[in-house]
Amino acid sequence: MLTLKNVTKRFPGVLALDDVTIEIRPNEIVGLIGENGAGKSTLMKLLTGAYRQDTGEIMLNGQPMVIRNPRDATSKGIAMVYQEQSILPNLTVAENLFLGREEDFVTFGRLNWTKLKHAAKKELATVRLDVDPLTLCEDLSFGQRQMVELARALSLASRTGGTPIILLDEPTSVLEAAEIEILFRLVGELKSRASFVFVSHRLDELLSLSDRVYVMKDGKVVAEMPAAKASVAKLHELMVGRSMHGEYYRENLQKPCRKEVALSVNHASLGHALNDVSFEVYNGEVFGVAGVVGSGREELCRVIAGLEKLDAGEVTVGTARLKPQANHAVALGIGYVPRERKVEGLVTQMSVAQNLTLPRLGAVSRAGVVRKASERLIATEWIDRLHIKTPGPDASCRNLSGGNQQKVVLAKWRFAGSRILVLDHPTRGLDVGAKEEVYQLIRELSAEGVAVVLTGDTLEEILGLSHRVMVMRDGRAQAILPCAVGHKPSQVEIVEHMV
Amino acid sequence: MNKLTAVPTRQAVRTTTPGIQVVSMHALIRRSSPLLVLLALGVCIGAFNHDFFDPMNLSRIAISAAIPLTIALGGTFVIQLGSIDLSAEGIVAVAAITVSMLVENSYNDNHFGLWVLAVAIAAGAVLGLTNGVLHVFLRIPSFITTLAVGFVASGIGTAWLSGNTIRVSDTALRSIAITRYLGLPLSVWIAVLVLGVAWFIHRHTLLGRHTLAIGGGEDLARLSGVRVSRVRIAVFALAGAFYGVAGILAVAQYGQGHALIANGQLFVAITAIVVGGTSLAGGNGSPMNTLIGTLIVVVLANGMVLLGVPPYVQQGIQGVLIIVAVTLALNRSRRRIVK
Repeated sequence: MLTLKNVTKRFPGVLALDDVTIEIRPNEIVGLIGENGAGKSTLMKLLTGAYRQDTGEIMLNGQPMVIRNPRDATSKGIAMVYQEQSILPNLTVAENLFLGREEDFVTFGRLNWTKLKHAAKKELATVRLDVDPLTLCEDLSFGQRQMVELARALSLASRTGGTPIILLDEPTSVLEAAEIEILFRLVGELKSRASFVFVSHRLDELLSLSDRVYVMKDGKVVAEMPAAKASVAKLHELMVGRSMHGEYYRENLQKPCRKEVALSVNHASLGHALNDVSFEVYNGEVFGVAGVVGSGREELCRVIAGLEKLDAGEVTVGTARLKPQANHAVALGIGYVPRERKVEGLVTQMSVAQNLTLPRLGAVSRAGVVRKASERLIATEWIDRLHIKTPGPDASCRNLSGGNQQKVVLAKWRFAGSRILVLDHPTRGLDVGAKEEVYQLIRELSAEGVAVVLTGDTLEEILGLSHRVMVMRDGRAQAILPCAVGHKPSQVEIVEHMV
Repeated sequence: MNKLTAVPTRQAVRTTTPGIQVVSMHALIRRSSPLLVLLALGVCIGAFNHDFFDPMNLSRIAISAAIPLTIALGGTFVIQLGSIDLSAEGIVAVAAITVSMLVENSYNDNHFGLWVLAVAIAAGAVLGLTNGVLHVFLRIPSFITTLAVGFVASGIGTAWLSGNTIRVSDTALRSIAITRYLGLPLSVWIAVLVLGVAWFIHRHTLLGRHTLAIGGGEDLARLSGVRVSRVRIAVFALAGAFYGVAGILAVAQYGQGHALIANGQLFVAITAIVVGGTSLAGGNGSPMNTLIGTLIVVVLANGMVLLGVPPYVQQGIQGVLIIVAVTLALNRSRRRIVK
């Protein structure tokens, strides 16, 4: 029914979709799996009109078509239930269901609430959600909100008259087990009137629900098979199965580290995200944290950086217990290299020198007055040491390339004397060359005895760089695996713990 | 594993339970806190000074609430969008001068009768429309746009009269402030009518619903097909029309028109909106909230007069009131950075 034919989508530096051909048949549930960055999200965005493909065609019932925007997509019978929920909490259920198409309920400019309520009731019945349509959405649970979204997507896409196609992007990531079960049962029932594309990291879920699965890797579709013939183990193998380049990650520089504890996390729990996580990181060690999005690794990084308050458990550095304050973390020698480089890592309007000295301004100032000369001197020194390509210490960080910006962030923490660095996706958005430079820097840090907690976009990167890898799933530490040079675990081994 | 592994408390989907939603007690209290504050305030002031409940005093409160309420009702829609309108004082002044010029007055020989009220409202709406058009098409933040338009409007008023005051002798117009039904002057009933109109727009028109949707999530509203620019412009024009009505009430009440006729009203109106529980971030609130907020501000002012609080202290207390109201009403825990 809906076919993507030889679709390619390129972003600067990345080939997000590479000659992808996918078919969705009527009344079918299609599973879509792949690692982070495999191209699933890009694919979904193409189908909802958020992106346009560079080459290739999207065809509906054999007719090529252009999807201009999400609204246009729904008019062609394609609607998406978003991962981050896209209903307005300050409006009622009924209003959310019909937002933007209330015309049917208006008589002489007056909104007919009774009519709206009845129509909403009918839509809610299709998803078996029995709430008052005039309830504010903020009073619903996450699961209920998701049902509202599903109802909305269904009713939007059904207006065309054909079989609607509903895209479910990680629908289970925010749900409780009981809610997931309800959702699954519902999708199973609704199959008779719609097709579904289901994206999930949880393979067992996906296999139990889907009729057919597509496996994506590096922007390509690497396999397509009926779900009945697939096994979780086989999918794991297909999802990864990349050759490792030891050289690329400077593995020759990976030296065994002594067992001096730099940082220890004890029984850390945080809401939904972390559940009794414990581990230690040694001086000079690169400690990798692997897991899918939502496994709790992002939150873990933020906890160590002092940005989140734990519900239970503690983080200790030496004998000191970390308070949930970023400045305390800095005082204990913890540096955080955030994923959102331009938001949390750098003040982009400020110069290289100003950014560099920010965490330890005391060293370049006297009685609260910054001494420009010594600030510049220090900045120049670090620019040389890390080979930061900048017109000078006074250049604005905004104009640096991503790789050089990241170097400024790293230099900043080294100048601050950090002994523990938390690297949250340190190479995100960098090109290959810049990545290699960052890897080199990480090795140097490690050689100087700095403890590094690392999480990244690809497993390959985490495995290549780390001394040990902790695998997280649903907020728990599933396993901690040693990664000595030459004895690195395979990606398949890691993925088995991940999903 | 151990006792720390408790699952966070989040209610699961109820599939078969009846559709009545249990709103948490906390949320209920938060939503109705302005009304509670108003009642508490009334009771407290009344306890200290029994004149407070005197019908004469209550009608005085109603009269002094009429103009700020009308202004605040217009501003409410703008704030529901998540924008702000600082042009009220200027627009009220222009509308007031327009009315004064066209009815029987001390400045010229015009005497056009009461249909000029429509002209005043139109003048307000046009200035409001200017706000909206500049804000939307030049993509200037509403804070700056309306501040500037407000200044321009004040300037028009001042230049028009060369800084003078027009006295209005039109009996029909003055009767708005004088003629009483059920013990209250017409101006109060006009404000009540305006409240009704605002409530209808808020509750029963697409404009009202879309305003809330934009305030709650503009991108989402746009993707759902809400014509965001059009709604924004319409809301600013609507607010201007409300200011026009306020201008008429001001002329009727003071018997004159001049460029500074609405001085101090902007602060009162925004206080009233915020104290009433409409968040400056947009997406919530209603004209009823603004009614309650206005009454809180007016009752407090009235009470302070009754209790003999010095005028300058009164202003300070109003300032404190805003801080307290925002503290109570806002669910700030979700916000990391406040600008």
